[in-house]
Amino acid sequence: MTQVPRLRLTQYVLLVACILLFVAAIDCVFAQPFGVTRGPAPPEVGGFTGWILAKQAEFYRTLSGLIRAAKADGSAAYTLLGISFLYGIFHAAGPGHGKAVISSYLVANDETWRRGIVLSFASAILQAFTAVAVVGIAAALLGATAKAMGNTVRVIEIVSYALIMLIGLRLLWVKGRAFLRLLREELQAKHPHGHEHHHHAHDHDHGHDHHHAHGHDHGHGHGHDNHHHAHGHDHHHGHAHSHDHDHEDDASAWGHAHAPEPQGLTGKHWLRRGLAAIIAVGLRPCSGAIIVLVFALAQGLFWIGVASTFVMGLGTAITVAAIATLAVGARGLADRFAKARPGAGMLLLRGLETAAALVIVFFGAALLTGYMVSERLLGV
Amino acid sequence: MLRIFLVALATLFIVAPAQAHPHVWVTMRTELVYAPDGRITGIRHAWSFDDMFSTFAIQGLDSKEKGKFSREELAPLAKVNVESLKEFDYFTYATADGTKVALTDPTSDYWLDYNDQVLTLNFTLPLKSPVKAKELKIEIYDPTIFVDFSFDKQNPARLVGAPKCKLDVQLPREMTFAEGKKLSEIPADEKNTTMAWGAQFANKLLVHCP
Repeated sequence: MTQVPRLRLTQYVLLVACILLFVAAIDCVFAQPFGVTRGPAPPEVGGFTGWILAKQAEFYRTLSGLIRAAKADGSAAYTLLGISFLYGIFHAAGPGHGKAVISSYLVANDETWRRGIVLSFASAILQAFTAVAVVGIAAALLGATAKAMGNTVRVIEIVSYALIMLIGLRLLWVKGRAFLRLLREELQAKHPHGHEHHHHAHDHDHGHDHHHAHGHDHGHGHGHDNHHHAHGHDHHHGHAHSHDHDHEDDASAWGHAHAPEPQGLTGKHWLRRGLAAIIAVGLRPCSGAIIVLVFALAQGLFWIGVASTFVMGLGTAITVAAIATLAVGARGLADRFAKARPGAGMLLLRGLETAAALVIVFFGAALLTGYMVSERLLGV
Repeated sequence: MLRIFLVALATLFIVAPAQAHPHVWVTMRTELVYAPDGRITGIRHAWSFDDMFSTFAIQGLDSKEKGKFSREELAPLAKVNVESLKEFDYFTYATADGTKVALTDPTSDYWLDYNDQVLTLNFTLPLKSPVKAKELKIEIYDPTIFVDFSFDKQNPARLVGAPKCKLDVQLPREMTFAEGKKLSEIPADEKNTTMAWGAQFANKLLVHCP
């Protein structure tokens, strides 16, 4: 390796790290000024967070008036839906674990942006659905108290957070191992890769043991694969190959894919795998939606509340999908680099995936242990 | 590279407690209660919740007359409210001449009122041991900002039985760019610093006594 590529490597790492940081930890970028500021007027720090927060608070607070107005005048319902939509967009742009988990999941799993958008929408709609289900069943049908609803949400919360952590741990296991394996190889890379790694110009060809181990791993992945026609040729160009192969690892690891399918865009496989992520993120209803629904119910306009909740979900989905697309873009950048420089590039890629998996684990753990308070229906 | 991510994760953690949106708006009226000898004995809060949260909170509660709730009917809810607030230190932080003042759990005479579709929680936080201070500072804020606190415009706060003391009500101020920058430079292992910073932007009561 010459000095120039090294520099470029550093630049790539920094760039990708920045983008990923922005995406996966958008909260951390923005939450800092926001998290320490209180009061009715959010700060103008860096403009953005304060603005987002002020807007979403403003929209939220007009909702009650609009629901009341809709009672007397049906046309106010349209305004209500419009505001709900905007509220959804802005609400999702503020802090929250959902988009961080989805983004990290996409990065770790090397999903396409299309899939990212589907996952974002599915989880946002599920979130709206859970809110409607909780209020519809508990409050509207059973006449449950706010406290009972709060307890229900808390149970859902624990399941959801535990699922996030499980997804993270699962990914960490798969990606972390791949990363460490590669790291070990790279550290020994002074020795040749008898494994057709043409880029190592200084190969001496010793035919080291670990290459065999490497080969075994791949073989293992494919071994379960009854129809690996999609990437049978991968053996000849090492890296694209190990890349595809991880999906299988994941899939079989998740246990709901006994016969891994081709990695085609049209396969249902990724959706099944993504289901866990959708549920983990979408299960926990937004406190705001629950409050709005109960308020609408009290006004005798439950269905207006339901419509508002789903429109909010739509708004949320758009924001989350946009952020998810950014994450996938960052990942794509890393991929491109990895293809150009298979050795260090792959290491970076695996490192990214491992880091993304770690982010998910930490989010899950922090939420589960209550270190990170997501949203708590205070005192009810 | 790994280091970058470790730093990133650490950053995530330091700001992690700030994960919420305001979903509850509280309008406060606060009284600082003094003993005849000039020592402050307690903080009496009256917190009015916004209409949506008020409606949410009374969901499913029984009342004799529809839409009206007596204090007795709201007593169980008041109990839950006050007991849950303990976990959040009642969102109230006090210092006397720069040293932290310990507050105890509210006295048993707390109650909820429901008027004009607004629920108001009334409770008194006694000081563990009453203090006499030249400068007393009371701050009210939610570090997670799930609850957005603001003082009532007409009657934000008043002193009860404090002779010759002067009360200032400070509304939260906006953070400057420099402060935001400085904040972002706090090392990752100092978990509570965000809280300390947060206090600077709280709703603040300052009492100066001779």
